[in-house]
Amino acid sequence: MIPAAFEYYRPKDMAGVLSILEEHGDDARVMAGGHSLIPMMKLRLANVPHLIDLQDVDGMSGIDVSTDSIRVGALVTQADIIDNERLTEAAPILKEAALQIADPQIRYMGTVGGNVANGDPGNDMPGLMQCLDAVFTVVGAGGERNISARDFYEAAYMTAREDEEVLTSVTIPLPKGGYAYEKQKRKIGDYATAAAAVQIIKDDGVCGSASIAMTNLSDTPIFSEAAGAALVGTTVDAAALDAAVTAMLGDIDPTEDNRGPVAFKNHVAGVILRRAVERAWSRA
Amino acid sequence: MKDEVTRDERVDNLKGMGCSRKRVEDARFTQGKGNYVDDIKLDGMLFGDFVRSPYAHARIKSIDTAAALEVPGVLAVLTAADLEPLGLHWMPTLAGDKQMVLADGKVLFQGQEVAYVVAEDRYAAADGIEAVEVDYEELPVLVDPFEALKSDVVLREDLVAEDGTLPDGAHGPRKHHNHIFTWEAGDKEPTEQVIANAEVVAEESMYYHRTHPCPLETCGCVASMDKVNGKLTLGGTFQAPHAIRTVVSLISGIEEHNIRVISPDIGGGFGNKVGAYSGYVCSVVASIVTGKPVKWIEDRMDNLMTTAFARDYWMKGKISATPEGKITGLHCHVTADHGGFDACADPTKFPAGFMNICTGSYDIPTAYLEVDGVYTNKAPGGVSYRCSFRVTEAVYFIERMIEVLAIKLDMDAAELRRINFIKKEQFPYTAALGWEYDSGDYHTAWDKALKAVDYDGLRAEQTQRVADFKAGKTRKLMGIGLSFFTEIVGAGPVKNCDILGLGMFDSCEIRIHPTGSAIARLGTISQGQGHATTFAQILASEIGLPADSITIEEGDTDTAPYGLGTYGSRSTPVAGAATAMAGRKIRAKAQMIAAYLLEVHDDDVEFDVDRFAVKGAPEKFKTMKEIAFAAYNQAIPGLEPGLEAVSYYDPPNMTYPFGAYVCVMDIDVDTGVPDIRRFYALDDCGTRINPMIIEGQVHGGLTEALAVALGQEIAYDKMGNCKTGTLMDFFLPTAWEVPNYETDYTVTPSPHHPIGAKGVGESPHVGGVPCFSNAVQDAFRPFGNTHTNMPHDHWRIWKTANDLGLHG
Ligand SMILES: Cc1cc2nc3c(=O)[nH]c(=O)nc-3n(C[C@H](O)[C@H](O)[C@H](O)COP(=O)(O)OP(=O)(O)OC[C@H]3O[C@@H](n4cnc5c(N)ncnc54)[C@H](O)[C@@H]3O)c2cc1C
Repeated sequence: MIPAAFEYYRPKDMAGVLSILEEHGDDARVMAGGHSLIPMMKLRLANVPHLIDLQDVDGMSGIDVSTDSIRVGALVTQADIIDNERLTEAAPILKEAALQIADPQIRYMGTVGGNVANGDPGNDMPGLMQCLDAVFTVVGAGGERNISARDFYEAAYMTAREDEEVLTSVTIPLPKGGYAYEKQKRKIGDYATAAAAVQIIKDDGVCGSASIAMTNLSDTPIFSEAAGAALVGTTVDAAALDAAVTAMLGDIDPTEDNRGPVAFKNHVAGVILRRAVERAWSRA
Repeated sequence: MKDEVTRDERVDNLKGMGCSRKRVEDARFTQGKGNYVDDIKLDGMLFGDFVRSPYAHARIKSIDTAAALEVPGVLAVLTAADLEPLGLHWMPTLAGDKQMVLADGKVLFQGQEVAYVVAEDRYAAADGIEAVEVDYEELPVLVDPFEALKSDVVLREDLVAEDGTLPDGAHGPRKHHNHIFTWEAGDKEPTEQVIANAEVVAEESMYYHRTHPCPLETCGCVASMDKVNGKLTLGGTFQAPHAIRTVVSLISGIEEHNIRVISPDIGGGFGNKVGAYSGYVCSVVASIVTGKPVKWIEDRMDNLMTTAFARDYWMKGKISATPEGKITGLHCHVTADHGGFDACADPTKFPAGFMNICTGSYDIPTAYLEVDGVYTNKAPGGVSYRCSFRVTEAVYFIERMIEVLAIKLDMDAAELRRINFIKKEQFPYTAALGWEYDSGDYHTAWDKALKAVDYDGLRAEQTQRVADFKAGKTRKLMGIGLSFFTEIVGAGPVKNCDILGLGMFDSCEIRIHPTGSAIARLGTISQGQGHATTFAQILASEIGLPADSITIEEGDTDTAPYGLGTYGSRSTPVAGAATAMAGRKIRAKAQMIAAYLLEVHDDDVEFDVDRFAVKGAPEKFKTMKEIAFAAYNQAIPGLEPGLEAVSYYDPPNMTYPFGAYVCVMDIDVDTGVPDIRRFYALDDCGTRINPMIIEGQVHGGLTEALAVALGQEIAYDKMGNCKTGTLMDFFLPTAWEVPNYETDYTVTPSPHHPIGAKGVGESPHVGGVPCFSNAVQDAFRPFGNTHTNMPHDHWRIWKTANDLGLHG
């Protein structure tokens, strides 16, 4: 559990970060909270000869809530999310989800940027951000660009972000309606057996729109457009729930691991989604 | 002389037995001031670590260390070839087998030690490990013991004679090249006959999965050979420091007086730190070779994957009874998976430990047990994880068999237990498999427990719940877990208990200082049990000096008297008894000194709390403090100066703590998630020395029981890869997963122990595992479940529900 030797950098600004990335390419990586990256380095699954610590780079630690959107800096920690009352008022699902990530010690270190950039299917925030239709802003030598969370994830640890780009912020359209983040895990500190993020709008007792994303049930987070669509126009009754679950099951592709075999995961995914929708609907 | 303080106040001042004295250890532990092995830092200290096998079974064609030796900071790389001239490439195990220190031509489990890299620091060692090139030729892997017993694949060529025959093992004839031993207890034919003729017979096969003690602190050591004076100092995580000294002497040839073994603070052991590991041997050799201190510390994966696991017992039972539920016979066969080497830590004559306590708390007239040990491609071990030798397995077996029999009889499992308990008046009771239970009052404990939880009310609620479930009103089932256990601890009488020929007595040496304080040293070693607190309390009550004035010291073989260490709940039953006996020797001499000072005959003074007083004239007395001073400043005719005593205690019998546990659990049928609503634990550990420490031990033991029952597992795939080598997958519960425990007690002292104490550290684990498991299984009993194997993690619980058709 000892990493191979590496150079440690702590640049003061983004230009410094980008120039090291440019110079060393694949051999360099940025580090935010380090709580995903350092374990990988210790297991020697990640080889990072040049490690760039982002902690001293300004301008990535803010949370701005405006009338129509929320901007969360990449270095905002999960603990910051839990503690920010304005944010919780504007998008309570963020706190509900963050409270189900790891434990307090890890949440003081783990960042939003690291969580969404990591590309680990076990991370909770990628699915959450897909549900919220967030946009990730990345910056590289060629300048800034925005990538939708729903287009960001390609495969496990493979994302639309280029190696030389840094994720600087996440922008979320102000969510409306009822919400729920439901997660089953084996214990505190565990990644999900299955998790569902749901935002749902109720218009006169009928579902006006529903956004659903699932976590740790494929090699990427799964935004299930079909599952959401199955609820729209219904009163979210039993038949609609069944349809949403069926649609979701068509989108996920879990694999067997120590949490259990595929049949179990599919079943639990259905149960978790049902509960998430029911809770979100009750809050809508 | 008139005394100002009342007798009660004098008792309180001692903080003796029965007092919830705060733990004296905690001041340093809670401030981060403990001194653990990894805190030892010596001048010029080097660091050693292992190249480990990625394969579970492979031949080693070559090991190339050249590149590793080029890595900056790497000083040496040891392989079996280097150890062979010293005769140290293999070492004896506690079970009478031998084990490779470094891979000698082949590897038998994933993670096995292949080469030992010695470097200036642990970073260089890690880089050195990467640079060692080992050429393996993979061999067929055996992870299933039943398959291993049929397979042509020979795991241990070293145990097959050149002509292909199988020489006897340490425990007699071997039936197959992958077979280690057969061990029997009880009467085979009579048991088989009773069962064949019985009106009711229940049968069940159960697997007690492989798990691991996983102490918070992993194993490690610092070996320091002083080449000038020829003395080896070995600091390490040893649950039995004296035994380690003897073993090191025997295998290294260094004379025992030249070896000093020190166990500093130990961060939990639970059986994991009883045995001898390659890390110890290699560190000693490396220190001898380099002339510098060498440290070896396992990381978490090393610990989980390579040093001593626990359980891995495949148990097949038959239990017979009359239609009224009186048990008539018990038959048990175990296939025991020991891994690549037989390194179980059991007393020599007990290759399956005390598995023959498997008749439990019940008056079972006829019984038979047979255990077959088997080699497989898994890590060696088989230690007693928070239990006396294999007692957890035995109690799990009988407490499951009782439940299975209750189902067969369509009877309440609490009632079935009650009608089969050994009765109070039957003690001392000789069980069918040989043990003599010292004392017990099971009915009283059981009634108290059932009343405390309102058992009948719980059953009524459960019946309602089943009806609601069937009516579609709820998706949660309710399970009521019962367990009544009898432990066998305090190993043990030298006549039948030894480890590597060392009798399992224990010891205490006391020195009273002139000013009335004292130091006592014992052959045991605390790993969190609070010995420094409780042993001082025993002494306080025995010798009348305040516990706060008594230092307890353990773990340094240069100063402590010889003892066999701490595991199997043996410290209080054995070393605690030695402490009381040594205290009584002190008191006997003090009585003579007091009589001399008071100018009366020895028989005319009597001990009273903290003093000797003249019989019938309590105002005439000498306090123990005064007596202590007199022992050093007066010439007393016929008495040597000083006040010291030592006692080596050979227990006449084991002690048999018992307890009654009840767990109430709600189970989400759709997700398999259990929610422990209530856990009630009544323990009878005989005389209670420190109720607060007992409660702490019960909480800890129950938490480890919860872990094992609900998810903690060392699992392998078919290739022998360990799938649970990190704490992400190996379940270590946190406060979040743990319920609020309710503790209770009865007191049935041990009749043969000087203070009547029986030991408690392991009871909650032993009794807790079947209790949690029974709760899960009981929830599904109304739907036709008889038995499912642990660990009851979410998916296995879900599978039980699914198999029973509860998912619609
Ligand atoms: C025991 C344990 C349990 C956990 N449980 C959970 C859980 O249940 N759910 C969950 O979601 N997470 C969990 N985590 C992960 C935790 O939340 C991490 O902190 C988080 O996933 C990554 O954030 P970080 O800031 O630590 O990222 P780092 O470890 O610093 O980085 C992770 C990866 O993202 C890259 N990266 C980081 N920041 C940026 C950036 N700004 N731009 C581009 N790339 C970047 C890094 O190069 C690296 O590849 C757990 C972690 C631990 C140790």
